[in-house]
Amino acid sequence: MTTSDRSIIVDSLGVGLATGAYGVSFGAISTSSGLSVTQTCILSLLVFTGASQFAFIGIIASGGNPITGALTSVLLGSRNMFYGLSIARLLDLTPAQRLASAHLVIDESTAMSVTRTTRRQARLGFYWTGLSIFSLWNLSTFLGALAGNAIGDPRTYGLDAAVGAAFLGLLWPRLASWHARLVALFAAAVALGAVPLTSAGLPIIVGGAAAVLLGLLWRPAEAAA
Amino acid sequence: MTLLWAGILVMVAGCFALKLAGLSVPPRVLDHPFTVQVADLIPVALLGALIAVQVFADGSTLSVDARLAGLAVAAVLLALRVSFLPVVVAAALVAALLRQL
Repeated sequence: MTTSDRSIIVDSLGVGLATGAYGVSFGAISTSSGLSVTQTCILSLLVFTGASQFAFIGIIASGGNPITGALTSVLLGSRNMFYGLSIARLLDLTPAQRLASAHLVIDESTAMSVTRTTRRQARLGFYWTGLSIFSLWNLSTFLGALAGNAIGDPRTYGLDAAVGAAFLGLLWPRLASWHARLVALFAAAVALGAVPLTSAGLPIIVGGAAAVLLGLLWRPAEAAA
Repeated sequence: MTLLWAGILVMVAGCFALKLAGLSVPPRVLDHPFTVQVADLIPVALLGALIAVQVFADGSTLSVDARLAGLAVAAVLLALRVSFLPVVVAAALVAALLRQL
C-alpha cells in the first residue's frame, strides 16, 4: 500500500489536534497541583513529553519531593531514547539537525514516522506531527493553566478514546504476523498488570520491555523472514 | 531557587538528553542485527502497551468505560480498511455520545 504525502500530513495534523488539546488538562491540573502558570508553561515548552509532565505534577500534587518527581519523570522519558533509536536511521539527520529535532521525539511523532518506508515520508510524519503537537500543546497548556477547569474535560469530547484509536491505527499495519500480534498482546497484558503496581507511565515501559524480550526469545521461522 | 524549580531543571535537562541520545546512536550500532531486531519490536511492543494503558487505565486502577467502545469501533473500521483519520474521529464520536447517555 502506498501512502501519499498529503495523507501523511492530514493524518499527522489529526493526531496533533487530538493530542495537543490535552495540554488543557495538563495546564489545569498543574496549576491546581501548586505550580505557577510560568512553571506550568515552562514544563510544556522545555520538557515536552506528556507522560513525564503528568507524572511530575502528580507527584507534586500528592506532596512528593520535586527531585523524586523529576527523577521519575526522567525515567519515564527514557522511552523517548528508544523512540529516537527506532527512527534515527529513517530520518537520517545531520548532527545539527538532530540537536534541533530531538525535542520533538515523543510518542506520537515516533508513531507517525516509524511506519514509513522512505526518508521523505518519515520526515513528513515526524515534523508535521511533532510541530503541530508542540504548537497546540503549549497553547492549550497556557489556556488550561489560566482557565483552570472552566474549559471542561477533554474526555467529554471523546479525545481520550481518539488517542487510543490513533495508536491502534498505527499498530494495525504491523500486525500482519502472529509473532507481532502476540508481542503486542503480551505488551498490553503486562502493562495492564503493572498499572495498579507502579506510577503513571511506568506500565508502558514495563510492558514494552517485557514484550521486546519475548519477541527476541521467541522467533518462529516465518517471523524471521 | 526553590526545590520545585530545581526539579523542573532536572526534568528539562534529563528529558532532552535522553531524546538526543536516542537520535545520536552511531550507524555502526544501528546496523547491528540485534539493534535492527529490537528497533523492529519496539514500536509493536510500545504501541500495544500504550493502547492498553490509554484505554483501560484510570490513574492506578483499571476500568472499562466508553474508551473501550471507541477502540472496538476503531478495530472494526480498521478491519474494513477505513483510513486513519475517519477511524480516529469515529472513535471519539462514539465515546463522546456514550458519555452523553
